[in-house]
Parts: sequence; structure tokens; C-alpha cells
Amino acid sequence: MDTMSPLERVLRGLALTLVVVFFMFPIFWIFLMSFQTNETILAIPPSIVFSPTLSNYAALITGKLQTAAGTLDIAFMRNLGNSIFLSVASVAVALVLGVPAAYAFARHKFKGSEDIAFTLLSFRFAPPLLVLLPLTQYFQWLGLSNTYFGLIWVYQLICLPLILWIVRGYFEDISADVEYAYRIAGHSWFATFRKIALPLAGPGIAAAGLLAFIFAWNNFVFALVLASADKQPVTVGALAFVTSSGIQYGQIAAAIVLSVTPTLALALYAQRYLVEGLSLGAVKG
Amino acid sequence: MTDTALLIKDVDKFYGPVDYGVHAVKKLNMDVRKGEIIALLGSSGCGKTSTLRMIAGFEAVSRGTISLVGKEVQTLPPVRRNVAMAFEGYSLYPPLTVRENIAFALKASKLSQGVVDEKVAGIAKLLEIEDILGRYPSSISGGQQQRASLGRALIRDANLHLLDEPMGQLEPQLRALLRGRIKHFIKERGLTAILVTHDQTEANALADRIAVMEGGVLQQFDTPQKIKERPANLFTGTFVGEPPMNVFEASVTGSESRMAFGLKDGVRLEYAASDFSHAVRDELIRRQKVVLGIRPYSVRRSADGVTGRVAVNQWLGDQTHIAADFAGGTMVLVEHDRTELDVGQPIGIHLDPSSLHVFDGESGRAISHGQELA
Repeated sequence: MDTMSPLERVLRGLALTLVVVFFMFPIFWIFLMSFQTNETILAIPPSIVFSPTLSNYAALITGKLQTAAGTLDIAFMRNLGNSIFLSVASVAVALVLGVPAAYAFARHKFKGSEDIAFTLLSFRFAPPLLVLLPLTQYFQWLGLSNTYFGLIWVYQLICLPLILWIVRGYFEDISADVEYAYRIAGHSWFATFRKIALPLAGPGIAAAGLLAFIFAWNNFVFALVLASADKQPVTVGALAFVTSSGIQYGQIAAAIVLSVTPTLALALYAQRYLVEGLSLGAVKG
Repeated sequence: MTDTALLIKDVDKFYGPVDYGVHAVKKLNMDVRKGEIIALLGSSGCGKTSTLRMIAGFEAVSRGTISLVGKEVQTLPPVRRNVAMAFEGYSLYPPLTVRENIAFALKASKLSQGVVDEKVAGIAKLLEIEDILGRYPSSISGGQQQRASLGRALIRDANLHLLDEPMGQLEPQLRALLRGRIKHFIKERGLTAILVTHDQTEANALADRIAVMEGGVLQQFDTPQKIKERPANLFTGTFVGEPPMNVFEASVTGSESRMAFGLKDGVRLEYAASDFSHAVRDELIRRQKVVLGIRPYSVRRSADGVTGRVAVNQWLGDQTHIAADFAGGTMVLVEHDRTELDVGQPIGIHLDPSSLHVFDGESGRAISHGQELA
């Protein structure tokens, strides 16, 4: 692939730059906006030269939103905490339940195994709105509405199928003989699962976990309906910025920057391991 | 009883529901003595690997029992069977070096580091993999992976060593060398081994006894020599031996002094009655519809033989393979000299009665081998 002519090289660089600018510009612009006041944001023409202010972040962190109509309490930091807690807990539960299940579906073909696996996947087919109304009623009967427990449970609709199906594929890619070789050398199936299957499927599990985390983080409608203010994540909490006296662009931008940061950090961190895992290779016989 | 390393009794294997699924192994009975090397020989899908995996414990036994050193094991997990296995797909652990992969098999035995190192070095020398001990499985060739995998199985001290196509990926020279070494290694330590192979040279060279399988059925279980000289049925006769046995359908007629086999295209093979023993003669005349088999090495050219026409004449560097159109089929002859024969040229073919294998025309079961009844 090193046979490109200089012209091709330049064009290729240009194309890549365009793509990066296209995708990164909105994020960059939001980042800039988060350091501006509503006045400079709404100024025409827009300018990238401004005196930066931390007032947006200060407002978010203290929870006091200054509007033309007075001071408003917002629970952004609490929302952010909720988001982190809900996403982490949901993914953790989904991993604990989903990874062994994925292994079972990959390794043991039992009666109805495909049906069960497919049923779990079908949770992803139905639009959330379809199940929301009955779910709300059930949750009220069971006393689960507005509890972390209930939300994490509902989030399994998002996380579990994702993890199950992605990780199952990774387990299926591992040659069963590698595990057999380990078992015949005098180890139990559980030791084999822990020492051979889990490490070999590690990159896949990381990828699935990351994806599930992002999906859980971005969820809006379940949390909107099933939780009240003190349990709501940022996606729902951001609604508070649409106030009676106007939309607080600066604070919204700051909120977006803050709420993107954990996912971004996680993605960058996991990426290292994903690449490392994939380059280890030789998993497939 | 303690002399038996492995006893397989009436074992059936179904993939899918019992009696309705795919019947991969049918009513298998086998016994292997301690210190024996057994080859399971057969084409793909004949049930040999299923059998091996049932012994190892990776496949459930649908019916019947498997006993290892006198103890029924068919319901035990692999851990508790104390068998070692080399896998066709190598199955090395990617994050470990070749050395660690091999030493790993000894972990459960709790040997001291010094003993482990010594054993690994010995096995590596045997299998010519000393130079790659420090490498990772992903960076070595298929043949090297296969030898590492074989080493991992052989280093263990188990009741039974199962080797699934252990040398399929090796170059011919290395394969020939390792065959000898591995056999010596197994015999010297008194290990019991079962190897699965579709390579009859390997089976002949390594095994004390060969189990020929086809369609899930054990066709014959005997020494390489017996299998070659006294094939139990048409399948074994034609499957074992290279080039394969020539076979021709024939109808038998006989009188007090003559025996004759009528082949297709009006070809008749005439023999004196005294060329066959009484018992064989009576049995052949009684069966009438038979299949004649003769190995290419036993076919002779002779001026007063039955005429065939040369279709192919190949000099393979050390022997000549001649294929002749004969009685509506093809007769293959092997000669050790370089034979000058043109395609289309007529040759006289003589089939020595003592080299004839006769099989039943319907069941394919052997009736006689030369002078003796099967």
C-alpha cells in the first residue's frame, strides 16, 4: 500500500481532513459555546474570538441557573451522577447475566436455545414506546417506579440483548478445541470458562460493554417516564435548560460537554484494549 | 481385566434425539490393551472423530458404555478421565508461548520446575521444535503448531493418549521421521494411544491394530497385516491399500476339474479345480454371485493370460502404474521396473488364484482369501 503517488497522498489527506472536520466540527463548536454567554452565542455574525467565561460550568456545578426571570435550581450534577450510576450498574448487571448466557448459547446447543436467544434479541426490535405504558403500570403495582432498581431492570432491555449477541459471536469464534484442550488437562468447565474463554473473548466483551454503556447513557424515554427528577439521568435533566424565559444555550453546551466526557473517556480508554486484543489475534483456529 | 486400557461396549452416537438424529456411530465394540497403539482409519464423516471425542468426554455417549482401565467413564467429565489429547485444530492457548503451552499440560501433576523443564526439553527435541519454544502460537507455522499441540499431549502421563490427525499438517519427510520417533516414544514409555487418521500409511506405520470405520460402523479391527491380507469385506479391501484393490463382479461356475469366473464383456477366468481348496470351491459355487478382488501388486502379465488394453502407463520414479481396460472396468497393475508399454497396446493379464480375494456379491463380506475361507 506504499505505492501511492504524491498526488494520491495529498488527495487522501484532504479527504480524511474533510471527514474529520465534518464530524468533529459540531463537537468543537459546542465546546466553544460552553465558554460563552448567551449574548455572544446569539451574536450575528458568530465569532470565534470572545472572552471565555466559566459561568456556564459554575452554574451547572452549583446548580443555580441565572435567568432573566431570576435564579432557578437545576439538578444537573445529580443528573450526571444518576447517569453514571445507572449506566455503570446496568452494564455491570448485563455483563454478569449476559456473558455466561452468551457462553452457554455459544457452546451448548440445547432444545429451544435458539428460541430463547432470539426472544432476548427481540427486546431490541420493539420500540420502547410500545412497552412503556404496560411497564409503567406494572412498575406502579410493584412499587418499582422511581427506583434505581427498577430503572436498572428496565435498562436490561437495552443492554442485555446487545451484550448477549455480541459476546456470543466472540465465544463462537474461539475454537472449542482450545477449551477442550484445557479441560482434558485436568480443569473443570468453570475454570475453562474463566481462564480460557473469558480472556480470549476479552476484547469482544469490552466492545459489547462499551456499546451497551453508550446505549444506556443515551437512553431518554424510559428514564423520562419511569423516574422523577431525583433519579433522572442527564438526557432527561437537560430538559430543564428550556426555561420559561428562553433557552440557555451556553449552559446546554456546557452540559453536553460534561455529559459527553465520561463516554468519550471510556471509549478512548477501551480503544487501547480493543486494538491490543485484536492484534493478539490467533484466536481463530 | 486390568490389562485392558479401553473397553467400548455397544456404543451408539446420535447427533440430535436418540434414535431419530444423525446416527454417527453404530453399536461400536472395541477393546484396547495397555501399551497398544490403535489407529482409527476412515474417510471424513465415518465416525472416527466422534468416537475419539466420546472417549475424551467432549461428546455424550447416546447408548452403551466406555471403560478406561476397568472403570466406566461415559458419564464422567473430561477432567476425571485422565486422558490426554492432541487436537486436529492444534488448539494452543494464544497468550502462552509454545514452551508454556506444553508445560501447561503438566500443571495439574504438580511436578517441580526442574522436572517440567527437563520433560519439555525432551519432547521438544523429539518433535524438532526446540527453536520455537519461546515463540507464540500466532507467529509459527501450521506444522509447528501441530507439533506443539502433539507435544502437549505426549508429555502427559495419562491412561490413554488420543491423537486426532496428529501429523496432517507436516511435510512428508518430517512426517516419516516423526512417525518413527513417536512410535518409539510411546512404546518406550508403555503408553496406550489411539490415533485418528485418514492416512493409511500413517496407520500402518504406527499402529499395532487398525480399526477401519465407515458409515459409523466398525468394519474391521485387526493388525495392519491381517487387514491387508484378509480384508473382512469389500469396503476394507478397497479402502486400505494403495493403489486400491481391483474389483470385478463375477459369476462362479465349477465342475469336478474346472473353476471359472464369468466377468463382464464375456471375459472368463479359467482355473483348475485344484487351484482352490475344497472348502473354498464349494463355498464359491454355492454363492455364485461374487466380487473378485486383487491387489495391483499381485496382478501379473503373462502371454497366455486374458487380454486387456493399456489405458494409462505411468512411471512414478520407483514403480510403474499401468491401468488397463479389462472386463468392462479398469485393472491396475504395479510393476517395479520401468515398463515400456504404449497406450492401446494389448497385454495378457494373469490373476494368480492364491492372490484372489472373493467377496459376496450382495453383502460384500469376504468369502475367501486365496486358498482359505474368510
